[in-house]
Amino acid sequence: MSGHTPEEIHHHVKIYIRVFAALAALTVLTVGVSYIKLPVMAAILVALFIATIKSSLVAAFFMHLANEKKIIYWILLPAVAFFLVLLVLISYS
Amino acid sequence: MSGDSGIRYISHPHPVTGVTNSKLGIWCFLASEVMLFGGLFSAYILLRMGAASWPEGSAILNVPLATLNTMILITSSVTMVMSWASLALKDFKKYRWFMAVTILLGLAFLVVKGFEYAHKFEHHHTPSTNTFYAIYFTLTGLHGLHVLGGILVNTYFLFPGSALWKKDPDQFMGRIEAAGLYWHFVDLVWIFLFPVLYLL
Repeated sequence: MSGHTPEEIHHHVKIYIRVFAALAALTVLTVGVSYIKLPVMAAILVALFIATIKSSLVAAFFMHLANEKKIIYWILLPAVAFFLVLLVLISYS
Repeated sequence: MSGDSGIRYISHPHPVTGVTNSKLGIWCFLASEVMLFGGLFSAYILLRMGAASWPEGSAILNVPLATLNTMILITSSVTMVMSWASLALKDFKKYRWFMAVTILLGLAFLVVKGFEYAHKFEHHHTPSTNTFYAIYFTLTGLHGLHVLGGILVNTYFLFPGSALWKKDPDQFMGRIEAAGLYWHFVDLVWIFLFPVLYLL
């Protein structure tokens, strides 16, 4: 993320503000849903779904992963893959 | 061998990777952090599945305070990325302002967390109370240490570290971007910790 024109940065800033609004709204939503007292499995799925959207927004826009060089994805891939392996191992235990 | 810029690639992208070595480094570190917190998350799931009973987070933890802390961290992520954007616009004054706000928000998060911990200790709820509190204190404690680490690094970049801006603005921007990537990651971890510990 180097060599940006001022126009590009101003455009980025607008996106940051929108992402912030979305994150705040999703936080209110996830707390609101928790008061509905869904069945445990449904509550877990809804909460993790909202958390995944929120974290994707942070990663894609604040961490610039939406527009990053390939090598960064290759660094992250094994970490994410091993984490998924951990989760699979748990579900078999 | 043309000195710093020829070997280290910390101000400009390396021709092979397309990114600065500093950015490559921080992402390697963050990948290791994914494994650190990922391992603990899977430990949480394992403990919860193996427990005869598991308390509902919202019944024993303070959801309004944790919601406030979530908002504080989200806001601090915006101010952090704004401090980077200010540097990209060559506005050093604005950078300092946004960085100062980021640090204050980080401190506010720790103060709120401190109140939560104090309340738990008053009621003699410690890591040894039960499995829930053990993993709660482990996860939030480790996360809190990460927030503290971020505050220290950001404070360095607000005061003595900012002298680099005049010497090598590209390298300084790279440092702020790396510090930002770390800070956003800490925010990202909290985004999962909050529902998992407090709401489910």
